Amino acid sequence: MAQQSNNQTTGHVWDDDLQEFTNPLPRWWLWAFYLTIIFSVVYWLMYPAWPLGSSYTKGVNGVNSITYVATTKDGQQVEKTTHWNTRAELMKETNAAAGVQKQWLDQVAATAYGDIAKNPDLMQFVNSAGKTLFADNCAACHQVGGAGHEAGNPQTNQVGFFAPNLADDYWQWGGTYDEISATITGGRTGFMPAKGLAGALTDEQITNVANYVLSLSGEPHDADKAKLGDEIFHNPAEGGCLTCHSADGKGVPSMGGLNLTDKVWQWVDVPGQADAAAKVDVLRAAIIGGFNHVEAMPKWGTRLKPEQIKLLTVYVHDSLGGGK
Amino acid sequence: MGQAQENQTEEHLYQKRIPIFVRSVRGKFRNFKTGVLLLAYIVYFALPWVPWQRASAADQAVLFDLVSRKFFIFNLVVYPQDIIWLAMLLFIAATFLFFVTGLIGRAWCGFFCFQTLWTDMFMFIEHMVQGERPARMRLYKQPWNMEKIFKLGLSHLLMIAVAFWTGFTFAAYYTYAPELLHDLFTGQANQAAYVTVVVLTATTYVAGALAREQICTFICPYARFQGVMYEPDTLVISYDQRRGEGQSGRALPKPGLKTREERQAQGHGDCIDCGFCVQVCPVGIDIRNGLQYQCISCALCIDACDNIMDSVGYPRGLIRYDSERNLESANPHPPRLAWRRLKVLGYAVALSAMIGLLIYNIGTRTDTEVRIEQVRQPLYVKLETGAVRDRYQVHIVNKTEQEVTYQLTVRGIPENALDLGAVTELRVRPGKALKFNVKIDLPPELARDTHEFEFVVTPQIEGAEPIARKASFVGE
Repeated sequence: MAQQSNNQTTGHVWDDDLQEFTNPLPRWWLWAFYLTIIFSVVYWLMYPAWPLGSSYTKGVNGVNSITYVATTKDGQQVEKTTHWNTRAELMKETNAAAGVQKQWLDQVAATAYGDIAKNPDLMQFVNSAGKTLFADNCAACHQVGGAGHEAGNPQTNQVGFFAPNLADDYWQWGGTYDEISATITGGRTGFMPAKGLAGALTDEQITNVANYVLSLSGEPHDADKAKLGDEIFHNPAEGGCLTCHSADGKGVPSMGGLNLTDKVWQWVDVPGQADAAAKVDVLRAAIIGGFNHVEAMPKWGTRLKPEQIKLLTVYVHDSLGGGK
Repeated sequence: MGQAQENQTEEHLYQKRIPIFVRSVRGKFRNFKTGVLLLAYIVYFALPWVPWQRASAADQAVLFDLVSRKFFIFNLVVYPQDIIWLAMLLFIAATFLFFVTGLIGRAWCGFFCFQTLWTDMFMFIEHMVQGERPARMRLYKQPWNMEKIFKLGLSHLLMIAVAFWTGFTFAAYYTYAPELLHDLFTGQANQAAYVTVVVLTATTYVAGALAREQICTFICPYARFQGVMYEPDTLVISYDQRRGEGQSGRALPKPGLKTREERQAQGHGDCIDCGFCVQVCPVGIDIRNGLQYQCISCALCIDACDNIMDSVGYPRGLIRYDSERNLESANPHPPRLAWRRLKVLGYAVALSAMIGLLIYNIGTRTDTEVRIEQVRQPLYVKLETGAVRDRYQVHIVNKTEQEVTYQLTVRGIPENALDLGAVTELRVRPGKALKFNVKIDLPPELARDTHEFEFVVTPQIEGAEPIARKASFVGE
């Protein structure tokens, strides 16, 4: 362009010969600059902008305000209108999202347990919403995937805390929808008295009972001792184990008595032991120590809404494990 | 540049745009440009109105449905997961631009760019309403009277009308066009449609009617970096300095300087300094000053010069497509496309490879997408019978336009190892996905020996191929 030919400079000279042209600004640039000034004024009118000591300007009242529904402490729903701010924006978006989710929750609440699991679309919602609910409320003990927490350390004879595995097909407190729902709503407290029901088993008797328990699920054991243990197991005056574990050893779900005849060992890690003697040792430790848990499963009926419990029940029953 | 001088007498705070009054010209490049303009306009403006039978969306041949996140292009349905096609397309567009620029300079800018097309259209409107270049210059200089208000007003009104239809057409690619047209004027269209139409009307009008060549000179990044792709062998629009200037420079055809022989005897070149090449230039430069960054290679100066050369009886091609190397060489040959160059061939290879890949990719797309993920928390559980259970999340995407039922089976392990729970039918709505959990239970011995098996998903539609996906099994 020709404007450089007249060589107008600002008149300053640096470092002997360094000069600055006074070339005009392009008009589009100048207009863009004026536009940014107009923009800043509009912004100031619409959004929080200037700090004023402990407060700030909130824009012109009524311009660009946000109206949302808030829930007060006592559960009342009130409509609020504020100047533009990100928190109100979030509340509005959360309400909208909850509205979308509500349609699905209502559908879960209105559908019978067995029919929810038959509907792949509904199960898709149960899987995603249930995952979050489970992670928020249950995963602390049962782990994210429902694997639970295996108790027991044979070296220290320490029982530790125990949360059943929800991903397998064994259910300590029963695996029907109603039983799982009851477990979540009312909570559960597992209990096993130390040294038998009467608490008076001798060291030898304990060894015999341990061998009998091993025999129930086909683990290596001493047959003679197991035979003696059989009697102690079934004698209410001695072991009295059948009260909770039932006469056939399959357990009474309503009492939380574990099934001793299957391959699932959740509390005592029998399959993990190298030889028969070690297996007997860990079982002995369990019988001697008993099971008296302070960290019982809490009641969720007072914390979660019924439809949330229903959703969790289906999630635990169908998504995690094999409910019955 | 003649008008530029008057601005220089006093100092301004800003650089005013120097108005350019483009003279119209006839010739082969003008015809080509008009042809491209017509074709582009017909395609752009008519495409949203082409009907197409569809099962799951509006009956529009090209519809970019943002709400359902599907792009319908005739029989092709593009889903968000096909975004790689867009990346490929952009790569193709970029390499094609580089390839062409390396060969014949900024052909994109001069003939195909929408900025050029719309500016051309708006100049045509000006020409139609206000007349040829001298009439427009007179109108520009005369004070505001009825004639000026009417003519300028009418031409800008027409330009705004074209800009509006341009904006509307753009929006029509995203909604069912007849419905949008109705809703737009009855106030029922959604906010996004209004914003799109208004913004595009405004930008089209500003860019095509007001800013024009400033877009190419100051704003467009392509315009600035395309110079990098020029090589000495690139064909660019050039003024033949040697032939035009001779030893004594260009000269007007005054008496005694009319025939070629007379001019050559006095050392003058063929350029008769008529200024036509400057008057037809849409960016207002003088091509005789050599290659300039403002030049968009529209070739209209070639048409202008050829017409003049014809009328004075000199050979054509004083301004022509030629390479820098050829122009500078001692014995130039007729201009020719020099494509045997590493850069050009490299672009060609990259271009054809990517086009091939894109065609292959689109050609081999499937109607069903299947993903299998193993649940890793826990990796496996032991069941009461001693069997081992692994759990998997199956993800099926139905990319057809009708509802499809799928059958899920396993291969490599017993059929009954698969447990779908209570689900009896896997039905997926058109364009939707379904994610569900399945369990695989294997007896202890088999679990120990099984490390891999296959899930097989069979769409229950005629001629559909089963889709197999490998999955690993973990047991102890």
